[in-house]
Amino acid sequence: MTLLDIKDLAVRFTVEGRAVDAVKGVGFTIDKGETLALVGESGSGKSVTALSVLQLLPQPMASHPTGSITFDGLEMVGASDKKLRSVRGNRVSMIFQEPMTSLNPLHNIEKQISEPLILHKNMSRTEARKRTGELLELVGLGNLKGRLKDFPHTLSGGQRQRVMIAMALANEPDLLIADEPTTALDVTVQAQILKLLKELQAKLGMAILFITHDLTIVRRFSDRVCVMTDGLIVEAGPVAEVFDNPQHEYTRHLLASEPKGVPEPVPADNRPLLETDDLKVWFPIKRGVFRRTESYIKAVDGIDVTVRPRETIGVVGESGSGKTTLGMAILRLIASKGGIRFDGKDLQGLDFKELRPLRQEIQVVFQDPYGSLSPRMSIKDIIGEGLKVHGMGGTEAERRSLVGEAMEEVGLEPGMIDRYPHEFSGGQRQRIAIARAMVLRPRFVVLDEPTSALDMSVQAQIVELLRKLQMDHDLAYLFISHDLRVVRAMSHHVLVMKDGNVVETGSAEAIFDAPQVGYTKALMAAALNLETIEDDSVRA
Amino acid sequence: MALFRVLDPITRRRLTNFRGNRRGYWAFWAFLFLFAITLPAELIANNKPLFVWYDGEPYVPFLVAYPETDFDGDFQTEADYRDPFVQELIAEKDGWIVWPLIPYSYQTINYDLPTPAPSAPSAENWLGTDDQGRDVVARLIYGFRISVLFGLALTILSSVVGIAAGAVQGYYGGWIDLLAQRALEVWGGVPVLYILIILASVIIPSFWTLLGLMILFSWTSLVGLVRAEFLRARNFDYVRAARALGVTDRVIMVRHVLPNAMVSTLTFLPFILNGSVTTLTALDFLGFGLPPGSPSLGELLNQGRSNLQAPWLGLSGFVVVALMLSLLTFIGEAVRDAFDPRKMPS
Repeated sequence: MTLLDIKDLAVRFTVEGRAVDAVKGVGFTIDKGETLALVGESGSGKSVTALSVLQLLPQPMASHPTGSITFDGLEMVGASDKKLRSVRGNRVSMIFQEPMTSLNPLHNIEKQISEPLILHKNMSRTEARKRTGELLELVGLGNLKGRLKDFPHTLSGGQRQRVMIAMALANEPDLLIADEPTTALDVTVQAQILKLLKELQAKLGMAILFITHDLTIVRRFSDRVCVMTDGLIVEAGPVAEVFDNPQHEYTRHLLASEPKGVPEPVPADNRPLLETDDLKVWFPIKRGVFRRTESYIKAVDGIDVTVRPRETIGVVGESGSGKTTLGMAILRLIASKGGIRFDGKDLQGLDFKELRPLRQEIQVVFQDPYGSLSPRMSIKDIIGEGLKVHGMGGTEAERRSLVGEAMEEVGLEPGMIDRYPHEFSGGQRQRIAIARAMVLRPRFVVLDEPTSALDMSVQAQIVELLRKLQMDHDLAYLFISHDLRVVRAMSHHVLVMKDGNVVETGSAEAIFDAPQVGYTKALMAAALNLETIEDDSVRA
Repeated sequence: MALFRVLDPITRRRLTNFRGNRRGYWAFWAFLFLFAITLPAELIANNKPLFVWYDGEPYVPFLVAYPETDFDGDFQTEADYRDPFVQELIAEKDGWIVWPLIPYSYQTINYDLPTPAPSAPSAENWLGTDDQGRDVVARLIYGFRISVLFGLALTILSSVVGIAAGAVQGYYGGWIDLLAQRALEVWGGVPVLYILIILASVIIPSFWTLLGLMILFSWTSLVGLVRAEFLRARNFDYVRAARALGVTDRVIMVRHVLPNAMVSTLTFLPFILNGSVTTLTALDFLGFGLPPGSPSLGELLNQGRSNLQAPWLGLSGFVVVALMLSLLTFIGEAVRDAFDPRKMPS
C-alpha cells in the first residue's frame, strides 16, 4: 500500500530576485515498511526533496511551482501549519546528518526524547519518562537510563545519533526520513547505526526514506533506489537492477566513480626522505591551584614513520585516534618530542627562521576546502602567497605566470586567477588548496583528509590528480584519512592508529587483504562491507 | 554604477543591504550633507569677508590677515571688516565686499544688539545670540564640526590601538592574553571622569591633549571583540596553511585574520563614534572639555541651562545634538544590517 506519493514535485528558491530551481519535477512512491534510497551528489536536490515532505523549507524563499506530496491520503503541499504539526514528529519523523548540532545543547537527554511524546501524545511527565527509558533500550542505549539528566556534550557522536533516532522513533512513525544519518560518524559507528535502523524497521514496520551519497550504504541497506542529479530523478528501480544494469549515463558515471586502483610501486632504491623516531605529542592535563601537571593526553604516543620519494604512507584511524595530530607534529605546527628527520636534517629544535626555507619543501593540504582558503583573498593571492614568502619567481608578473601554471597543473582554468574562493565548488577549492602546496615545488606533502569533504566522483578525480602529481614530481605523501577506499587507492604502506598508537602497520596489500589485529579487522569490515564485528576495542 | 559591478558579490550584497535599510541610507546621506557643509565652516560663518575688491586689487581676508593700513586705515593690526569705518574706507575706493552667508565667526561678539545678551532670534542672528553676544548659528556650525571631527579622531585612533591589542592577545593567547586581560580589568576600573576632572584642574586641555586623554581610556572598548575573533580564527585551516607556508605571524594577523575580524569591528564603529561624541558633549557641559571659548555643543547646552529665559539656546543645542546622534545611530543600524550574513536583501 502506498504511504507516500510524490508527483511532479518542483522546488524553487528565490534569492535576491533570482530564481533557482533546486528540484525540477520529481516523482516517487514509498510503500509501507519499504526502504527507498535517494542517491545523488551535493546540490542534486535530494535533501531539498526530503525536507519538502514535511514542508520544512524556509517558506517565502522556497516555493513549489508544481507538484503534490500525499502522505497517507493527506496533501502536504499548502497544508495548514496545524495539520503539518500533527504529522511532523508524529507520523513522519526525521534524523539529520550532524549529530553534534541537531541536539539542543541546553536540554538534557530526557527532555530531548520526551518532547515529542508530551507534544503529540499528551503524556504526563512520569509516563514520558518510562517511555524514554524504553526508547533508549530500543536504540541500544540501555546503559544511559541512569543518565537521563546528562547533557548532549557528554555523549559521543554515535550515542548522540542514537538519541536522535530515539527522538524520531518516540511516536512510532510510519515514515522515517534519514538525511545522511551516518555521514558524520566513524565507519565502525556507521555500521552499528545502520544495523540498528534495519533492526528497528523490522520491529516497527516503518518505511524509511534514506538520503545518502554513499553507494555502499544503498547497496546493503535499501530495497529501491532513485538516482538524482541536477534536480531530476534520472533512474529509479530495485537496487540490484539499477546497480547491476544501470541504464542512465549518470548512474553509470556514479557507479564508476568510486576511487579505484592502486598506486605505482616505489622504486626500490629510493632513500628515505622523512623519518620520525618515537614521535610523541602529549598534552598536559593541569589541575589544582598551582596548575600542576597531573597526567597527559597522549595524542600521539611514540610513532615511527618513514616516507620515501614517490611513496604514500596511509594513516587510518577513527576520529580521536591522533592521525591529524601526527601530521601537524611532522609539519612542526604543534610542539612534539622525538626525532623528525627530513632529508638528513633534524627538524626538531629549529626556530622559525631556520625552519622557514624548509617550509617550501614540506607542504600540507587540509580536509575542509571551505575553511582552508581565506575568503577575502583572490586565488592569485592565495596560491601566490608562498611564492612571495620564499622569494620565488622574482617579479609580480613572473609570480602570476607561475600561479597560472600551477592552476593548469591541477586542472583549473588559469583565467579564473582573479576570482574569490566562494565562486568555486568544493572540488575546485580543493584543487586550489593543492595548487597552493604544489606551486612551491615541495618534496613532501601531508594530505590531511583531502577528499573527505568531497562528492564521490570528485574524490576519484582528486585521487587521480594526486597520483599524477606524485609521479610527475617524485613526491612523498603522508595521506591521512578515515576513508579506507581512498587510502587503498593511494597508499603503498598503511599505519592503523588508535588512541595515539599504531595498532598495525604493513604494506597496503597486507593490511587490506589480511588484517591481523582485531581492531583493523573490525575497521575493514565496517568500512568496506558495513558489517559490525564484535570487538572490545570498537566503541559505540 | 560601473564601480558597483566590479565589486565582488559579498560587497555588492552588503551595499544592497545597506541601501535596503531606507532610514539608515537616508541618514547616511543627511549626515554626509551636514558634515560636508560644516567642514568648510570658515566659508559659511565668518567675521572676515570671503573676498574684497579694493582699489583695483583683490583681497581674500578669510585666508590672509591684512593690516588695516592696507586699506588706508590707522592701525597696524588686522582690519576689522565688521567696523563701519573700515567698510567706509573700502567703499571710498570703489571697492566691494563679499560676505559669507553668516557674517559671524564662533567667537565674534555682536556689540550691536538691540537687547542685552542673550538676545532673541532676529533677521541678523537667526537663532539669537548666547549670553556673550555670540551668534548661535555660527557656534552650532563650528560646534557640529568639532564634535564630529573629535568623535572621528577618537574612534579611529582608539580603534587602531584596540584592534592591535585585541589581535595580539587573541592570536597568541596563553600568558600574553591572560596578563593583558587582567591589566585591562584593572585599567577598566579607573574612574575616567575623576581623572579627567583632576587633570583639567592642573592643565587646560586643548583639543589634542583632550583627545590623547580620552584615547587612554576608550581604546579598551574594541579589545574584547577583536580578541574573540582572533581566538576563533587562529585555528582555522587557512591560518594553519599560511603557517605551513612559512608566513610570519605579523603577516598572518594582518592579511589573513584581520580582514575577517573587520566585519564585526566595522559594525561597532558607528556606535563607538556616537559614544565619543556624547562623551565630548558631556565633558563640555560640565566644563571639563575643550578650552573656554571653543564652539562646543556641550557648552551651549550648559548656557541653555543657566539661561532658561532664553529657550533658543537650549532648544537649538538640543535639536542639533539629538539630530546628530540619531543620524549616527540610524547609520549604525544600516551598517549592522549590511554586515549581517543572514539578512537577505528584500
